[in-house]
Parts: sequence; structure tokens; C-alpha cells
Amino acid sequence: MTDWGTLAPILWLSFQQTVYMVFWTMLVAGLLGLGLGVALYTTRRGGLLQNAPVFHLLNVLVNIVRPIPFIIFITAIGPLTLLAMGTTIGTRSVLFPMAAMATFVIGRIVEQNLVAVDPGVVEAARAMGAGRFRIIWSVLVPEALGPLILGYTFIFVVVVDMSAMAGYVGGGGLGNFAISYGYQQFDWAVTLVTVLVIIVVVQAAQLLGNRLARRALRR
Amino acid sequence: MPPVISFRGATKTFAGPRGAEVRAVDGVDLDIAPGEVAGVIGYSGAGKSTLVRMVNALELPTSGTVTVAGRVTGTLGERGLRELRADVGMIFQQFNLFSSRTVAGNVGYPLRIAGWSREQRRDRVRELLEFVGILDKARQYPAQLSGGQKQRVGIARALATSPGILLADEATSALDPETTQDVLALLRRVNAELGTTIVVITHEMEVVSSICHTVAVMERGRVIEQGPVYDVFADPRAPATRRFVHSVLRDTPSGATLARLREHFPGRLVTVWVRAGSGARSALSDVLATHSAGHGVRSTIVYGGIRELAEKPLGSITFALTGDDAAVDALIADLRRHTRVEEAA
Ligand SMILES: Nc1ncnc2c1ncn2[C@@H]1O[C@H](COP(=O)(O)OP(=O)(O)OP(=O)(O)O)[C@@H](O)[C@H]1O
Ligand SMILES: [Mg+2]
Repeated sequence: MTDWGTLAPILWLSFQQTVYMVFWTMLVAGLLGLGLGVALYTTRRGGLLQNAPVFHLLNVLVNIVRPIPFIIFITAIGPLTLLAMGTTIGTRSVLFPMAAMATFVIGRIVEQNLVAVDPGVVEAARAMGAGRFRIIWSVLVPEALGPLILGYTFIFVVVVDMSAMAGYVGGGGLGNFAISYGYQQFDWAVTLVTVLVIIVVVQAAQLLGNRLARRALRR
Repeated sequence: MPPVISFRGATKTFAGPRGAEVRAVDGVDLDIAPGEVAGVIGYSGAGKSTLVRMVNALELPTSGTVTVAGRVTGTLGERGLRELRADVGMIFQQFNLFSSRTVAGNVGYPLRIAGWSREQRRDRVRELLEFVGILDKARQYPAQLSGGQKQRVGIARALATSPGILLADEATSALDPETTQDVLALLRRVNAELGTTIVVITHEMEVVSSICHTVAVMERGRVIEQGPVYDVFADPRAPATRRFVHSVLRDTPSGATLARLREHFPGRLVTVWVRAGSGARSALSDVLATHSAGHGVRSTIVYGGIRELAEKPLGSITFALTGDDAAVDALIADLRRHTRVEEAA
């Protein structure tokens, strides 16, 4: 029998660790990714800030990083993590690879959603005398808001997934919990409960995202 | 009065495919007077949009100059550009409204750029929506509006900063005929009541005939003909203008129509132009009556129409003339003394 009396507090702690990892990753990578996506969109040919060298640099960087399996990515940028966080062990240190990878993924998603914005409205804003940066924050982002919310919701799930892998290499959290107390102890019930918790978190996020996106799109 | 918009040798080239160069606008000289409604017509790809986009510096000339209300567009800095664009409103075929903003938000946007306070904006937006007749839609989103309503929002937004010039790139092409008339009536009011100079690009005769004072015809980047609307349409000189005028007036039979007419009506098919000029139409009737009675030439009306343009008649009537060949020749000669006559070959 599973000893829930002992495990429940550990599960709770793991849950908190996951929330911690996902929250900070979403916050940091959400902002950086938004910046990266905007940069990719605006520096492309014919963009508001057209700049071929910058565009190609960012584009290649994203294309190189994105396909790397996250579990490998964590170890690959270990030295950078050490430099940035002072350690490569623990829940805090794993934030670095998570935020880095998530930034690239979000950057691409943001870029794709901005590309879908009707160029006509950008043209209209230009014709009204709006400057380029004003167009970015007051036209492009609001016009793409619905799809962006859905994109971020999708990313949230990806980040929860990442956090599980991060847990495996020392980050703690629900992934680590399921492996250590479920898989390795042959305790199927623990694995199942952990999976259920993750499903609830993901579902809640998806519901919230859909709702917000629908509100943004109701027009 | 000095022109408010003036193109001098204005040329715009784009990098085309495989290093080729596209001359979208090619050495255009054109003046538009304050308070004028100027039409720009021509076939697709003629360079109309590019020409008009040079007025608000969305495109800068590669060579030549474009002067708008005393400003040379190519020399403006960030600030000068903003001021120019506050003085030149623009409306679009697809309306280009911000879907994330309400009607009031759309109309207020240019005022934000111009740095108006919230209260000032609220009052001005109200005034504008009242002017275009959609005050009740202020809090709705563009997706909830009909095409005509959307274009009204577009017009209100374009007029927000009280520009002296309004550019309209096929602003009614996406609307049904009745809505087109409403929007044209509104543009006419903008011109008459606010004194706004309007430049309209169009393919539609409706637009030209109901609001334009002058018209410029473009072909392959050049303005090949320009002048008062009636003059250009009544007596087109360049072959391309003629073709264009024919295609929009559709008052002379050609192709399949001509073949059908020949099948049904014996005799010679003769198209008579109807133009302004005192008594032109009654002279036409007199000639026909005289020749019918005196020389037995029978004339049957088989095609054509007369419309009004700039309050003057414009059109043509095609007759099938039967009778003695010499008598028909004499009739045609007589008609030619009054107007232009073309016999279908
Ligand atoms: N940004 C651009 N880059 C490259 N070529 C362009 C660009 N804008 C216009 N052109 C080319 O310039 C020419 C004129 O285009 P323009 O849009 O001014 O024509 P138009 O008369 O407005 O046509 P339409 O009636 O179809 O709107 C076309 O050959 C077009 O392909
Ligand atoms: Mg065009």
C-alpha cells in the first residue's frame, strides 16, 4: 500500500516546485519571447524595422535551438547555466535552460501570429502617422491578441512538460516526484495521481486560455 | 489658387523579380487644386495606388518631387512625416479598421497619435460619428458592422485630425451599388462642407460621374491624359483612354453585340455621339426626320444610351440605316456636321 501520509507533503512540495518553475519560465520567457517574436517579424524583408543581418541571425539561432530535445539542451548549455545561475543543480538553476528554450519557442509562435495580422491595418496606422514602435504595441500586438493568448496557452503546456524533464535532472517538481516515488518504486498509484494533478493543471490553463482568447476575439 | 498637391517628374521604381526594375510611376507631372475632387483611373497595375501613396509619403519618389501643402515629401523627418500624415487622411477598399478596437477606438486612434487628451478625443469622436451618421455604433466592434458602416468608420477615422486632403483607394469597390451611392454622397458632403481635397482611385464610372471634378488617366506608370471629367470622357484623346472610356460607358456595341445586331438588322450600323452643346440632340432628330421624309432613309435605334456627366449629356446612339446607299451617305454627312459619327466596319 502507498503511504500517502508520508507522500502527500512531498507531492505538495513537488507541486509547488513545478508551479515555481512554470511561473518564472512563463514570466521571463513570455516577455523575452514576445520581444524575440516582434524582432523576427519586424526585421524581416519589408518589415517595419527591416534589417537583414539581424533577422538572419535571429532566424538561424531559433532554427538551431528549437529542434534540440530539451533533455539534451539542459546538459548542452550547462556551462552557460553555471555562469548565469551560479550552479547547475536544483530547481532554481533549471530555470535558465527552461526560460532559454521557451523563449525560442515563444518567439517563433509570436512571429507566426504577427505575420497573420492584416498588413492593411499596419498600413492604415502608418498612414495616420503612427511611429513604428507605436504600431508594434498599439496595433500589431492588440490585433494578434486572440491567437497570441492561444499560443501562450499552448506554450504553457509545453513548459509544464519541460518542467517534468527538468525535474529528472535535478529540478524537482511533479516530474521528479512521479519518477522517484512512482516509477522507481513500482508504485503505479503514485504515478497515476501525479499524472492526474498535471492533467488538472493543464486543463485549467487550457480552459482559461480559451476563455480569454474568445473574449479577445469577440468582435 | 496654387495646387495643394503637385507631382513633378515623380517616378517610383521597385525592385522586381530577378533584379528587374518595375517602374510603377514614371515621370508624372500632375497638379491638384485645393477643394478639388480628383479621380485617378486606369487599368490594373497602371500605378494608381503607388501614385496616390506618394501623397502621404507611404512611398517616396525614387526621383522627381511630390509637394503636398507646401511640404516636399522626400525631405521630411519623423516629425514632419507625422504632421504631413495628420493633414492627409486615407481610406481603403478593405476598410482596414482595427478589429481589436471599438468604432470609437478606431476613430480616436489618430487623435491619440496627435496627442489629444481623453476628453478632447471623446468630444471629437462624437462629432465625427455624428457627421458620418453612425453615432449609435460607437461601442461596437468592426466585425459587427456592415460594409457601408465600416467605410463610414474609415471615413470618420480619416477625417479625425481635420486633414485638408483625403485619399481614397477604391473606397467603394467592396460595396454594393446602393451603399456605394451612400458613401459617395458622404464624400461629396466632406468635399462641400469641409472643403477637403479628395483624391479617388476608381474603376467605377459611378464614382467618377458622381463626385469627381477632374480625372487623370494612367497607363504603365504615366498620366496619359488629364483634365475636367467631362472633357476627358467626352473627347478622350489617347487610345488607352478611349478604350477605358468605352469599357466603363459601354455605350457602343462591339464584338458579339455587333454581330448580333447585324444578324437582326439589315442596313448600315452607325453610331452617333451625343455630347454637350446647345441643340445637338434636336439637330440629330431634325436630320433624321428630313432624310426619312425626303430620301426614304429608314433609321432604327438599335443600341446606346445617354447619361449625364458633370450635368452635361454624354453617350451615343447606334442606328441601323436602310435605304439607297447614296442617300445613307448623305445622311451620315449631314450628321457629321453636328457631331461625331462612326460607322461599324
Ligand atoms: N511594393 C512593391 N514592390 C514591388 N512592386 C510593386 C510594389 N507596389 C507596386 N508594385 C508594382 O507597381 C506596379 C503598379 O502597382 P499599383 O499597385 O500602383 O497599380 P494600380 O494601378 O493601383 O493597380 P490596381 O488597379 O490593380 O490596384 C505594378 O506592376 C505592381 O506590381
Ligand atoms: Mg491599386
